[in-house]
Amino acid sequence: MSFKKPRATRKLPATLAELREGENGILERIDLPSDVAQRLMELGFLPGAQITRALSAPGGDPRVFRVDGSEIALRRETASRLILRANGVPGILADIS
Amino acid sequence: MSGCHDCDNCPAASGPSFHPNSPAPHVVALVGPPNSGKSTLFNRLTGLRQKVANFPGVTVEHHVGRAKTTGTREVVLVDLPGVYSLNPRSEDEQVTRDVLAGGMDGVPKPDSILLILDCTNLARHLVLAAPILALKLPTLIILNMADDLASRGGEVDTAALASQLGAPVALVSAAKGDGVEKVLQFIEGTAQGHGAALKSPLIQLPVLQDVPKCRQWAGQVGAGAAYKAPEPPLWTRRLDSVFLHPVAGVAVFIVVIVAVFQTIFTGAKPLMDGLQNLVQTSGVWMLKAVPDSILMSLLVNGIWKGVGSVIVFLPQILLLFLFIGFLEDSGYLARAALIADRTMAKFGLQGKSFIPLLSAYACAVPAIMSTRTIENKRDRLATIMIAPFMTCSARLPVYTLIIAAFIKERPLLGPFLGTQAGAMLGLYVLGFVAAIVTARLLKSSVLKSEKTAFVLEMPPYRMPTWRSLGLRLYDRAKIFLRRAGTVILAVAIVLWVLLNLPLHNGKPPAITDSYAGAIGHSIEPVIKPLGFNWKIGIGLISSIAAREVIVGTLGTIYGMESSEHPEGLQHSLQSEMTQGGAIALLIFFAFAMQCMSTIAVVRRETGGWRWPAIQFSYMTFLAYAGGFVTNQLVHSGIM
Repeated sequence: MSFKKPRATRKLPATLAELREGENGILERIDLPSDVAQRLMELGFLPGAQITRALSAPGGDPRVFRVDGSEIALRRETASRLILRANGVPGILADIS
Repeated sequence: MSGCHDCDNCPAASGPSFHPNSPAPHVVALVGPPNSGKSTLFNRLTGLRQKVANFPGVTVEHHVGRAKTTGTREVVLVDLPGVYSLNPRSEDEQVTRDVLAGGMDGVPKPDSILLILDCTNLARHLVLAAPILALKLPTLIILNMADDLASRGGEVDTAALASQLGAPVALVSAAKGDGVEKVLQFIEGTAQGHGAALKSPLIQLPVLQDVPKCRQWAGQVGAGAAYKAPEPPLWTRRLDSVFLHPVAGVAVFIVVIVAVFQTIFTGAKPLMDGLQNLVQTSGVWMLKAVPDSILMSLLVNGIWKGVGSVIVFLPQILLLFLFIGFLEDSGYLARAALIADRTMAKFGLQGKSFIPLLSAYACAVPAIMSTRTIENKRDRLATIMIAPFMTCSARLPVYTLIIAAFIKERPLLGPFLGTQAGAMLGLYVLGFVAAIVTARLLKSSVLKSEKTAFVLEMPPYRMPTWRSLGLRLYDRAKIFLRRAGTVILAVAIVLWVLLNLPLHNGKPPAITDSYAGAIGHSIEPVIKPLGFNWKIGIGLISSIAAREVIVGTLGTIYGMESSEHPEGLQHSLQSEMTQGGAIALLIFFAFAMQCMSTIAVVRRETGGWRWPAIQFSYMTFLAYAGGFVTNQLVHSGIM
């Protein structure tokens, strides 16, 4: 699993909202009320899952994310509550899909 | 029962008297995540032998149908809403759970389950298998989209998967019809009682509330069945790079919306004119064929004209639904919702409100039903509350009549836009502005909601099938005609009676002396400030049933056959109404909630009279105030 770092000076993306198009990261945790978090987990946003930022609506919001074999659109404010793993090491679920 | 081989044992052929103990129908539930192709398979299995039904007490709609089986026992299929899990958080999940547990009134506990999964995304979809298998009912695991899996280079060992899960597995392509016979075999087998009892899964089922554990279990099961995920959908990626392009995407979006409008207004016109002519000529023919009598007048002037004036809208509504059906089945609708989300958010709404509001330009009733896709209750309610402001097709006959009679045609924007088309456009804008202002008001007060997540799955693009589009239109036409045959029919009859009673010397009275006239006169003081006379009053009351009814009513009242001499009705309106009153009438219709069907559907969807009552009062107030102000402005020469 390679973690793309487009520029050496750029800090690692801390949340889903900071991922650029085509970039990916490993989800650490979801910082949202439990019913929303539960729904997102059912869609594949599980801790340890690899998430790739795909295209977005014109203007950049909402954005589409590729996770567990499907594409899910989230608004920026939601995406910023999905925290990425700092070291970018894939978890157990990353290679299942 | 065309494929029935054994007529002696067939309950449909021999009747219940031969089989006093004829077995209760075998009930099969269809369960699956959204976008798994559940409805396509359901349509395959039932064809036209299905109906839409609502579970008692909840707003979740479902389809029930009879399977095309050849066995002796009737098989009833219940298509449940698409769910990702059985953890009851949304109404859909609660309903699915209740039905499967046999705890839903009016729906018998299912005897077996068809679990439909999208095998191009098997690992994630298998998560739903855990809670379903835990129910211990005979279950067939259906791996749908087999054609997609194969063409994109994916693989799965169905025999291995069956032994992993302890349940039979069928690889199916519902869209193409491949493998459907295996599903029918399973249904027939379980209906005859030799149902496959579930074996225990090789890997023990996880704790169902623990989503990560369930997903891990699904991954292990998939690996045990040598599941190889398919390559990413290339065509979807290619199409998205256009449809979600910052510039091209917006252009396509606008072209699609314009095309929808152009089709439902211009494209539907010849069809609507044709239907209109048919209703008219047949009415005239009926009047000529049979001697003049009271009964004939009721039949032709009351019923035929009243119901006919509504049936004329059928082509327009069907065309709109053909469009929306195509967009939805192809997968573009999710992209449209994505593109519209930011704009809708400015009015406190969200992308998923966009489609219902677009449909509301044809008719608010199906629009309000389609708000069910909005999970957030308050967003959904706000969308329901503003949908009737959109200029539905029933307003068009009223607008056309008044504009043609009172707005002089002059060029407004050179040769492109005249004053009449401009007035029509202005009324569309007016309705839209009223809707977004109302949405803003609601969302910043009573329906203020916590910022909830906007989660929208982008399904891969697929070619819609004629079969499923056809079934949708068939459904819509049935619902629409049922309305024309009940509500509109009843109003037409009541109106005719009120206009023709009390009898004077055995003859119908002059309109001013009829019961309808008395009603019109009694409300005249209230509507006079708007510039309406008592005849318009009768029209307003009759149009509470449906807006377009006022055209027929005024036609009858002014003693004209409006449909035969449209210029005649225009002429009498011109001599009876002031300019102020006429424009006030347009404004009144832009705002007022003159539609019983909409009121009824809002009551059903919101589960009580509270919201429809608020909505009706609010819209009537706006209509009255708007009409009043307009009339006064025109009179004082400001407008």
